[in-house]
Amino acid sequence: MSEELLALNKLSVDYKVKGGYLSAVNNVSFTINKGEIFAIVGESGCGKSTIAHSILRLLPEHNEIIKGNIFFNGEDLNEYSEKQLERIRGREIGMIFQNPLDSLNPVYTTGFQVAEGMMLDNISREDAWNRVIQIYNDVKMPDAEKRAKSFPHELSGGMRQRVMIAMMIARTPQLLIADEPTTALDVTIEAQILNIIKTLRDEFNTAVMLITHNFGLVAEVADKVAVMYAGEVVEQGTVFDIFDNPKHPYTKLLMKALPRRTKSEGRLQTIDGSVPRLTEIRNGCRFENRCPYVMEICKSKDPDRRIVTESHSFCCHLEGEVRNNE
Amino acid sequence: MSEAVIELKNLKKYFTISKGFSTKKIYVKAIDDVTLNINKGEIIGLVGESGSGKTTLARVLLNLTKSTGGNVVFNGVNLSKATRNEMKKLRTEVAVVFQDPASNLNPRDTVMNSIMRPLILHGMPKKIAKQNAVDSLELVKMDVRYLNSYPHQLSGGQLQRIAIARALVLNPKVMILDEPTSALDISVQAQILNLLLDLQESFGLTYLVITHDLNVIKYISDKVAVMYLGKIVEFGPTEEVINNPKHPYTEGLMAASPIMDPHDRDKEKYIMQGDPGSLINLPSGCHFHPRCPYVSEHCKDEAPQIIVLPDGHQVDCHKYAAVKSL
Repeated sequence: MSEELLALNKLSVDYKVKGGYLSAVNNVSFTINKGEIFAIVGESGCGKSTIAHSILRLLPEHNEIIKGNIFFNGEDLNEYSEKQLERIRGREIGMIFQNPLDSLNPVYTTGFQVAEGMMLDNISREDAWNRVIQIYNDVKMPDAEKRAKSFPHELSGGMRQRVMIAMMIARTPQLLIADEPTTALDVTIEAQILNIIKTLRDEFNTAVMLITHNFGLVAEVADKVAVMYAGEVVEQGTVFDIFDNPKHPYTKLLMKALPRRTKSEGRLQTIDGSVPRLTEIRNGCRFENRCPYVMEICKSKDPDRRIVTESHSFCCHLEGEVRNNE
Repeated sequence: MSEAVIELKNLKKYFTISKGFSTKKIYVKAIDDVTLNINKGEIIGLVGESGSGKTTLARVLLNLTKSTGGNVVFNGVNLSKATRNEMKKLRTEVAVVFQDPASNLNPRDTVMNSIMRPLILHGMPKKIAKQNAVDSLELVKMDVRYLNSYPHQLSGGQLQRIAIARALVLNPKVMILDEPTSALDISVQAQILNLLLDLQESFGLTYLVITHDLNVIKYISDKVAVMYLGKIVEFGPTEEVINNPKHPYTEGLMAASPIMDPHDRDKEKYIMQGDPGSLINLPSGCHFHPRCPYVSEHCKDEAPQIIVLPDGHQVDCHKYAAVKSL
């Protein structure tokens, strides 16, 4: 039986902006089990990264209001003091970002930066260094020993991302949050990095929260998927639920917008209109202005979560109503 | 017989760099001996990893930098020998759309001014130019009320439409699109791709689409050219190149491209190892040999010649030399 590792319960994040609040994340709940790759997909500005940052409390202080609970191994991280949280960061929950060059210190060798985390756990400098070489081999870094002595600018993009991953697995966290880990990389390098993430899961049973806008990655590695739109999870399920049997109109349209055919087979589906401004959001479904099946009720009432199977659920007024009319 | 709009013959573009105080010059062969014909009304996709010379090729085509050797023949006019007047005419016939629309539009100009500018530069009276700008905005399916907006008021998709409108305003025959949808979300990407296809059909335009997204190429283009370290290693009809890749590099690239269906994930996947090489220290012989799974001694010594297979597929690999001699 799979064990629950991270559970978000009705998480909402509001940012303070001029003249009010911006609801960046609204009422998001999901569960990540141990050893699971959980993907959060959505278009830019839908709140994917805000969720990731709020888990480790990396958001700008005093500028946001977080409501709801973040249970990690059964304990609410929102109740933790800054000091307690520090013990979680890096050791229990690791995080890698889109651009590895921004996350590495240019004046230290990459090997030292990887070893630094381990030395915080009272491992001697020498042991830590040997372990770095070992991990570099695990992440298939070519010339591990030479690369450990290189500075970040001497490495290619793919190698830098390997350093970041090495840094994270050095302390074997239970959860790895990967925020667009391959967006800045070429497809061939992307395939290599995905492979490393998969092996990591298989060997250490690390859970991975994969944040991406690329449905290709999701199809490739994810076990479960949450589809986000304008700060809300509109649909979640296993990767097969989402790809084979999408229920929410937004997911349905997105699946048809993916370029997976040639032009001779017909044009791609498009979604007209654009994402509403999050400051203007009031009641009702947030997809209402772009939805082809929009009804009166959508404009006034938030849709409830509907359960399709144990793993698959979505938020929409539609399903029941259409069936009645048919 | 379709006529060639653009002919590249043994095109070369070398950059020189000098290291330290040494006077010895080092050449960066960004484009090395590229021969390619683009016919009227075709959509050619140009793919390759970053640093393979794709964008340099576009810049040479646009005459933004001078080539080092070889010829670009455009509608029968050789770019390197073109007179001032011919050049001016050429500039109206080739248009370009770049990757990041936000950085290509003047933030202090309204949409109307941005679109009108090329017309005014080519000596059109302001009144007529205004009308043309309105027409061109309608072509890209945008409301005329945006004419007086500034770039910061518009979304990424809208900005890309304006960039396309500006490219179209001079009635070009050829459009060079450098990563036209890379900065956009999936739903918007589908809109822009469909728009580009509609425009191409109604005006019989010729496109050169540069991208690293193979799924986009698969959808939009008629022919694909694959570039690796300054050389075109494979060129042929899209379906041939995608489903039946000949060059080992294309094979690796296709295998690395993200799948769009989770049911495909269990298929055995070939992951190409190594990083894309650097143009500064080019490998001897065939540039691809350090990463090639079929490498032989011959490949390390001698660069392959371009071989045209019976089906019109053009490939740059020793593996097919035997086929030719038959």
